[in-house]
Amino acid sequence: MNTLTICRKELNTYFRSPIAYFVLGIFALLAGYFFYLFVYAFVRQGMVAAMQGQNFPMNMDEMVVRGVLQNLSVIGLFFLPMITMRLFAEEKRSGTIELLVTSPIRDAEIILGKWLGAMVLYAAMMGLVLISFLTLFAYGKPDWRAMMVGFLGLLLQGGCLLAIGTFISSCTKNQIVAGIATFGVTLLLWVLSYWSDFDASITSKVLNYISVTAHMDSFSKGVLDLKDLIYYVSMTVLGLFLTARSLESIRWRA
Amino acid sequence: MIKVQGLTKRYARNVAVDHISFEVQKGQIVGFLGPNGAGKTTTMRMLTCFMPPTEGTAEVAGYDVINDPMEVKRRIGYLPETPPVYPDMEVVEYLDFVGRIKGMPKEGLSKRINEVMEKCAVTDVRNKQIGKLSKGYRQRVGLAQAILHNPDVLILDEPTSGLDPHQIIETRDLIKGLAGEHTIILSTHILPEVEQTCEHVVIIARGKLVATDTVEHLTSRLRGAETVALEIMPRDTNADLNAFAPSVQQRLEQVAGVSRVIHKDSKDGRVHFTIESLKDRHIRPELARAVVESGWQLHELHGMGLSLEEIFLELTASKDTTAAEPVPVAAATASEEAPQ
Repeated sequence: MNTLTICRKELNTYFRSPIAYFVLGIFALLAGYFFYLFVYAFVRQGMVAAMQGQNFPMNMDEMVVRGVLQNLSVIGLFFLPMITMRLFAEEKRSGTIELLVTSPIRDAEIILGKWLGAMVLYAAMMGLVLISFLTLFAYGKPDWRAMMVGFLGLLLQGGCLLAIGTFISSCTKNQIVAGIATFGVTLLLWVLSYWSDFDASITSKVLNYISVTAHMDSFSKGVLDLKDLIYYVSMTVLGLFLTARSLESIRWRA
Repeated sequence: MIKVQGLTKRYARNVAVDHISFEVQKGQIVGFLGPNGAGKTTTMRMLTCFMPPTEGTAEVAGYDVINDPMEVKRRIGYLPETPPVYPDMEVVEYLDFVGRIKGMPKEGLSKRINEVMEKCAVTDVRNKQIGKLSKGYRQRVGLAQAILHNPDVLILDEPTSGLDPHQIIETRDLIKGLAGEHTIILSTHILPEVEQTCEHVVIIARGKLVATDTVEHLTSRLRGAETVALEIMPRDTNADLNAFAPSVQQRLEQVAGVSRVIHKDSKDGRVHFTIESLKDRHIRPELARAVVESGWQLHELHGMGLSLEEIFLELTASKDTTAAEPVPVAAATASEEAPQ
């Protein structure tokens, strides 16, 4: 109940300020571009194949849906810090954190509410892409279940990065610092998987496992892999747990 | 209602609050007085469960701040130094949010919000964004937030700071009006505020408790004698003041009941004296007669009393010779005097 109150308040703040509109608008632009690009490539390849008289089957799931989802999962990384950077930093700067912490609500409710608010905005971003995907059904028969699994992956990945961002925001009074630090951590969690391009050692396997984007692969293929599911959920829980510890420490240090 | 025992907050390098103990009865208004950096905010933060004490205990309405923080939070309304408002929200919306997180039932919430807005005189800006309000309005919205859930205890951290003289008076009256229903602790470094609004006073300096008593007791405890300021001119305006002053001093010292005459300064053809009486003696009529009979021109004669300010300085200075920042206190009072 309190969680929903906080969540509603966060959404209210996002939509009162330009943040939500900028994030949604610019993301929609980029997502639209990628969608168009992949559809264009798909159609063009189909025409080339037809002209050459080759009649090999073309897979819309593989060529359009997967490509777009994989790219979106990376673009999302650039937007997440902007969603989470103000969550706690702003409250700490303006002193409203005193109101929240001295109200009869649990820390967990504050944290979950804020994270949930960020999640809803993120889900709205992803929802915009879903609209473009719906047009595919008019011209072909994409596998909707695989598509849903892909979206689930995007949401899970977003959830875990938002949790990490929430934690970082709770460590500082400065939104910009929180934003930059979150951006750095997010990028690092992405490029860790690059190691595996050069090497197949144990280091590369470990780094690949830690990397957030590596776990997106199975989801974007429409495969629901327990290993990846566990990774995302446990990272989310870790992020929120660290936020709780950090919020507690405000009281001891403040 | 509030019971504080040996409350201590220690940081890595310094002690912010050092073994403070005091009690507040139900319905009282208590002024929490001390220079800047004395530990007022830290103490209040411990009472509101914002941060736990390093040592000692505090009880609010019978609940311990460490063991029962949820119960304490339910019974406390807190206005921090900067009102905890969200600039993007409208006033009504903000109060609605506060009501919900304070655990108020949905039914009757909007009625209560209207009541509180009326009480704090913010009804006319109910649909304005808080960020666009003036400091005075924002402070009153902060106050509305604190009393919204009708808490037993109100903790107000410098409720009049940053307001203009008119708003200060309004806010004080508002706070006075809240007494009785609520037990109030308000912190301030402005002394007249305590004299005007509070019945009891708790003085702290450098984290230590200096005095706790009723305002009346505290003043009479240290008063006893009267202090009078006197300004006179010789009849002959061209007279040498340097020769004039000692003769006046000599004459004044002979007045019955005078214990000490201090020559402050001589300028613009006038001489200024501060005269202290013996205990429980009223010397002003005698002084006036002495001046007139000697043929001097009496310009000013007024009792200075012993204000809380002097008590405060005396108490804080006697504990520590370096005196805990008396300058900002004096400066603050000077700017305060205009509206009264």
